[in-house]
Amino acid sequence: MSVQDETPLVKIRNLHFSRGNKVIFDGVDMDIPRRKVTAIMGPSGTGKTTLLKLIGGQLRPEQGTVEVDGEDIHSLNTKALYKLRMRMGMLFQSGALLTDISVFENVAYPLREHTDLSSSMLRKLVLMKLEAVGLRGARDMMPSELSGGMARRVALARAIALDPMMIMYDEPFTGQDPISMGVLVKLIRSLNDAAHISSIVVSHDVQETLEIADQVFVISNGKVVESGSPNELAVSKLDWTQQFVKGLPDGPVPFHYPADDLNEDLLNS
Amino acid sequence: MRVIMDYFVNLGRKVIAALEKTGRGHMLFVKMVAGFDEILRRPSLLIRQLFYIGVLSVLLISLSGFFVGMVLGLQGFYTLSQFGAEASLGVMVAASLVRELGPVVTALLFAGRAGSALTAEIGLMKATEQLSGLEMMAVNPVRRVLTPRMFGGIVSMPLLAAMFSMFGVLGGWFVGVGLLGVDDGTYWSQMQGKIDLHEDIYNGVIKSVVFGVVCTWIALFEGFDSTPTSEGLSRATTRTVVHSAFAILGLDFILTAMMFGE
Repeated sequence: MSVQDETPLVKIRNLHFSRGNKVIFDGVDMDIPRRKVTAIMGPSGTGKTTLLKLIGGQLRPEQGTVEVDGEDIHSLNTKALYKLRMRMGMLFQSGALLTDISVFENVAYPLREHTDLSSSMLRKLVLMKLEAVGLRGARDMMPSELSGGMARRVALARAIALDPMMIMYDEPFTGQDPISMGVLVKLIRSLNDAAHISSIVVSHDVQETLEIADQVFVISNGKVVESGSPNELAVSKLDWTQQFVKGLPDGPVPFHYPADDLNEDLLNS
Repeated sequence: MRVIMDYFVNLGRKVIAALEKTGRGHMLFVKMVAGFDEILRRPSLLIRQLFYIGVLSVLLISLSGFFVGMVLGLQGFYTLSQFGAEASLGVMVAASLVRELGPVVTALLFAGRAGSALTAEIGLMKATEQLSGLEMMAVNPVRRVLTPRMFGGIVSMPLLAAMFSMFGVLGGWFVGVGLLGVDDGTYWSQMQGKIDLHEDIYNGVIKSVVFGVVCTWIALFEGFDSTPTSEGLSRATTRTVVHSAFAILGLDFILTAMMFGE
């Protein structure tokens, strides 16, 4: 294994980011390894999707650095940024398929944009990518005709079209039925292992994510609360992690949103 | 005292927000125009937009032009006949259409039909993360999505305005010559003799090009800058139509003053 292989794929240092007055990240440090499935977990609204956008260079941090494959993504010029993005795939929560073109054309889109492949080669490649996600038969369908799970699988085929070094999954399991969820869990793991792609999965679906993750970062209140393997998290002594992993309704994250005393509130008409 | 302070703080915030929005709008315009080479590389992108923005508006513009021309013919005939000048009906109809009504009414209809559609389309693409998706595929969404629409609008508008004027002249002829008995030869020959290529037609074309730029720019910017929610999109679409209408009417006065003022 070369020296480069051992360096983290994504290196985040002292990351600060706010939206208006709300602090989203308050000094986050993270090393995301290569060829592993890394899960980033936390409750809704903790900025998991924002973190992916910061890694992809779509947002700029107020402070701190994000290095992807050794390059500080926020100091790159547009050309270099786009060149780097060609090696990064992203699966959006909604799929983000282009709605005016067919499934085939959606998967072919990045290939048409960035390569000069002949049409027969392009067709073969697209069909292979669709076969990998089990949707070769759906190539002529329009995005509006697909179920949510199928749309995500097509988006996954599109994300792997250019054979990227990494794929970022934004809440891949949200709103999926058990079968679609099982398919996506299997696909993420098998793509990671078969194509040696590094995967970053952002999710709050504990069971499915822990099933496939090699390493987990748990974030809350703008910081990494805990990190480790799924087994380490399962026996974590931190109350917060226990509450999150077991889905307890009350704990360090209270059931009640902060409010005045109930009796006082009821008596004050 | 505090109320007054709050008032000024809010006022300041609104002014800064408006200035920021204006700045974002101008930056987007520069980026869209700078992406012109994308159209040269892929002319099919422009042709597709010419179809959606231009061709699909033809029926609306033609019919509206015909009706406006009919009204002009009718009103013009009754006014001119008081002075025994019905023979000048053709000139009056053509000059009104080519100088003013053609570019202005076409632009207002364009903002309502194509402008609102552009805002809704771009806003929905943003809300459904299609624009972010393009960015992550290393495709610049401004050059790939907005620039072809911008130039599609700029090319379509003068052509649509010309069609509006053409059908308007025919509408005026239908009422004036067909129904009210104005002499056919006089209608056309007076128009031919009095309508000036530079003074009337070129100035009308300049107006419609300016309106095309402004309407398409407003529509695309409102969509691109919209809040990605159903309420945000609804507001953006409304803003497109309202701002476009103000811009068209305001600019029309300025352009008319510059072109025909002494």
